[in-house]
Amino acid sequence: MIQCKTSKAIGGMGHSLKRKEDVRFIQGAGHYVDDIKLDGMLYMDIVRSPYAYAKIKNIDISEAMKVPGVAAVVTGKDLEKYNLHWMPTLMSDTQMVLPTDTVMYQAQEVAAVIATSRYAARDGREAVKVEYEPMKPIMDPYKSMDPSSPVLRTDKPGKSDNHIWHWEVGDKAKTDEVFKKAEVVVEQHMHIPRIHVASIETCGCVADYDKINNHLTMYMTTQAPHAIRTVIALVAGHVGLTEEKIRVVSPDIGGGFGGKVPVYPGYVIAIAVSFLTGKPVKWIEDRSENLQADSFARDYHITVEMAGTKAGKIQATRFKVLADHGYTDASANPSKFHTGLFSIGTGSYDYDTAFMEADAVYTNKPPGGVAYRCSFRVTEAVQAIERITDLFALKVGKDPAQLRMENFIKKEDFPWKSPTGWTYDSGDYHAGLKKAMEAIGYDSLRKEQAEKRAKGELMGIGISTFTEIVGAGPSKDFDILGIKMFDSAEIRVHPTGKAIARFGTKSQGQGHETTYAQIIAEELGIPAENIHVEEGDTDTAPYGLGTYASRSTPTAGAAAAVAARKLRDKARKIAAYLLEVSEEDLEWEPGKFSVKGAPEKAKTIQEIVFAAYTNHPQGMEAGFEATHYYDPPNLTFPSGAYICVVDIDKETGQIKVRRFVAIDDCGHIINPMIVQGQVHGGLTQGIAPAMYEELIYDEDGNILNGTFMDYLVPTAVESPHWETGHVVTPSPHHPIGAKGVGESPTVGAPPAIANAIMDALSPYGIHHIDIPITPFKVWKALKEKGVI
Amino acid sequence: MIAQPFQYEAPATLQDAIGLLQKYGDEAKILAGGHSLIPMMKLRFATPGYLIDINNIPGLSSIQEENGFIRIGALVREAEVEHSALLTGHYPIFADSTRLIADPQVRNMGTIGGNLAHGDAANDHPAVMLALRARVVATGPKGSRTIAIDDFFQGFYTTALEPEEILTEIQIPIPPGHTGSAYYKLERKVGDYAIAGVAVVLTLDGNLVKSIGIGLTNVNPVPMRASRSEEFLLGKPLTDENLAQAGKLAAEDCSPSTDLRGSEEYKRDMVAVVLRRMVKLAAERAK
Repeated sequence: MIQCKTSKAIGGMGHSLKRKEDVRFIQGAGHYVDDIKLDGMLYMDIVRSPYAYAKIKNIDISEAMKVPGVAAVVTGKDLEKYNLHWMPTLMSDTQMVLPTDTVMYQAQEVAAVIATSRYAARDGREAVKVEYEPMKPIMDPYKSMDPSSPVLRTDKPGKSDNHIWHWEVGDKAKTDEVFKKAEVVVEQHMHIPRIHVASIETCGCVADYDKINNHLTMYMTTQAPHAIRTVIALVAGHVGLTEEKIRVVSPDIGGGFGGKVPVYPGYVIAIAVSFLTGKPVKWIEDRSENLQADSFARDYHITVEMAGTKAGKIQATRFKVLADHGYTDASANPSKFHTGLFSIGTGSYDYDTAFMEADAVYTNKPPGGVAYRCSFRVTEAVQAIERITDLFALKVGKDPAQLRMENFIKKEDFPWKSPTGWTYDSGDYHAGLKKAMEAIGYDSLRKEQAEKRAKGELMGIGISTFTEIVGAGPSKDFDILGIKMFDSAEIRVHPTGKAIARFGTKSQGQGHETTYAQIIAEELGIPAENIHVEEGDTDTAPYGLGTYASRSTPTAGAAAAVAARKLRDKARKIAAYLLEVSEEDLEWEPGKFSVKGAPEKAKTIQEIVFAAYTNHPQGMEAGFEATHYYDPPNLTFPSGAYICVVDIDKETGQIKVRRFVAIDDCGHIINPMIVQGQVHGGLTQGIAPAMYEELIYDEDGNILNGTFMDYLVPTAVESPHWETGHVVTPSPHHPIGAKGVGESPTVGAPPAIANAIMDALSPYGIHHIDIPITPFKVWKALKEKGVI
Repeated sequence: MIAQPFQYEAPATLQDAIGLLQKYGDEAKILAGGHSLIPMMKLRFATPGYLIDINNIPGLSSIQEENGFIRIGALVREAEVEHSALLTGHYPIFADSTRLIADPQVRNMGTIGGNLAHGDAANDHPAVMLALRARVVATGPKGSRTIAIDDFFQGFYTTALEPEEILTEIQIPIPPGHTGSAYYKLERKVGDYAIAGVAVVLTLDGNLVKSIGIGLTNVNPVPMRASRSEEFLLGKPLTDENLAQAGKLAAEDCSPSTDLRGSEEYKRDMVAVVLRRMVKLAAERAK
């Protein structure tokens, strides 16, 4: 049970307030980018490459220009005149906006058709005739690494291979030594499939350049409006669009999940066309474009090894990764973190030796990859460690729950230094797993499983006990394009005691309008319903790096608490002045200051705020406003213990997730209902790569499942009844002890499911199948072993 | 996801609709529920110059019993099939199959006539109608004619309908006693087309199979009847051996292709497994 410090009327932390934003969403009154209609607006559609790798011989726009309503067709050669045909990626790589001579992946932008209606733009697109000379693409990252492979990025002077970067962390020599001497070593190669965030709202924008005032307003689906403003200024500053002349507005967003962090070529083309024509230009992707061309996630090929004793003590881990980035490294990682926060992959276990290395490579696939609800490559890392932990348990003959219990970092050992250099803030892993085992009835399930196995039936129990790493991040290490990854809050309390609060983050469905209000309510005692939260407009909100990587609560949420505390300090001074006592004589309870020992002598926060505008002490600044830019001292480390039970139909390979228990530790909880909603959604996005989703290409570079007919996004029907619960170990360094939760379930669910399926198949000597584990793959494995 | 320009017509009578078909020939497409046609148009795989919307035509939306047959109007929605006591009472296979068609939104619009007239072996009703030995009524300039379901599916997306004909009705015989029916398709997720699907309608005489119809979904370019399996089971008891043999015959006779749903071998194996299970279920329901 969560203890609330505030009354329900104030609605601070711990109250399951209904989401303020839902009033408009459930009445169809959300305002998304495609709802924006401006006078004289033009529409853009994009001609895309049918080939994965081809020379462009010719682009014939003559027929397109005859389509009624078509105003222009823009090609790479047109943008080249303004030096706008290339742009930097967030990882300091380069990416074509529109090609001048070569296309590097299927569905790449080739030309843009501008028309007076969406329909005319689409018909115009059909009429653009492009002549290609197809070349043989490189689709396999291992082949791409082969020195004999042709160089793909011939645009880069002196580039002699397809290698992008090498990264490593940990102590190689010591790790090799431990492995050499270890009693038990297990190794597994696995592919974490290329997937897509598949948000229900696709990406899009309305670029509105005002020629007279030399001012650009960019309405767009972005999770990071401020960063985008800076990027636009960096890309287009040379044509006169400097940062003060740019306003980015991010309206309501229908799901982001990391896919709306990058800058896509379509945005840049829309800006360029609006800049040249002086008219607003709308570009909204359709579903296939979104799925086929926008940044993918994952696509890591991992070899993971674990060394330990016969008794089951983990001693070391070793990871080797090949990262397929497609045509360019367009990851949305902090600049210094090529592999994101993959180095959290040593897991929740107490050992001190690890080594990880990764190489990234170019292929003829769409560029990426984004951190799809996983705080920068944490899903990949957790899949590797949790799978190998199960294989280690199997090898030493221990129950996987027991083995985890024996190897967990103990709660008294926090803060705990990981072998790759992280300082885990807090946790109680034993309590989490114990709670999960009790909730699911672990022991009786194992008994049931033994009985089923005797009858030849397939039932599996899978565990994942993961540690997340979120809230990027401390300025000493974390930046994007040099901008430190702080985030911000600005609170203005009006004379009548109601407030507006603005943030550098941007909700895409997370419920910020409610949770931020609750944090301020907790600190100031102003009812959450009287606090209006606003995000997404760079003209009004304070600068921040946006919402992704579960960073909003750890950074902007902390900023809200600190800014509110600044105001509470001011309130104390005003209360002391009004009550004619010294500040030390005052006592705070949510919503009012009273005199110690004389509780009838009190001033409510509303009275104090009113005084700040009407009767403030001499020498004090009038008004009641505060801003804070919060630079986190450390990341936060949410954790979870997930257990999944599956039943498998032996003849068909069909997998039924019978039960799924998720015990999360996200520290102090702001709104339990919203957290539960986040967990439900995240778990569903966790079964997605485990059992359904993967972007699949043939060797000619054609995507084989570029629509929702074949890219299988799970629905309510595929989702089991989620059973959720919590362990709370507050983050000791976070102002409100919160850790962030948005991504834990997406990170933790896939290995729990994979481990359950492999547990079911284990009696037949089947110990690994790459996710997504489909009925066909299960059937094939059983067939190969002669089971069916 | 925007179709190429087309002209839209919404005639109020069957005669007018047929007249438009005569006028526009193969440039025209009939629009009923639209849930196969419109996605194909949006992807520009289908580019008809004329759409003839038949939703305003009266008399095509009823389900009635008459002269030993159940007559289903071509515009009857899948959702209406799903909830028709007349249909599901006689044939539980309709409850089985419609529930597996796409999702509720699609079933509220999609029609049984369209599901058949599309001629797609991945659709569910072709196999069901083959198992039921249904008849299809086609109406054209010369009036109506009845086509046996075995003559209806002629090739890949090709049916016996003439360019100027509209499918107007489906007729299903009222079953004799001790008839059972069942349908199941394996799918990757809800709303997907089948990995393999099997429809079974059988009548028992004691524990022997008196008559049986078996249709297969999405394992052949053209909707297909598992004829050898039917013949094999006729007059026999439904022992495990007989079921296994019937499954094996259908697995041999179908012609699935390897795709993202699985290999050809997997699909053949699934035909055998699902066939066994559906014959068993139909037999239980027949008792």
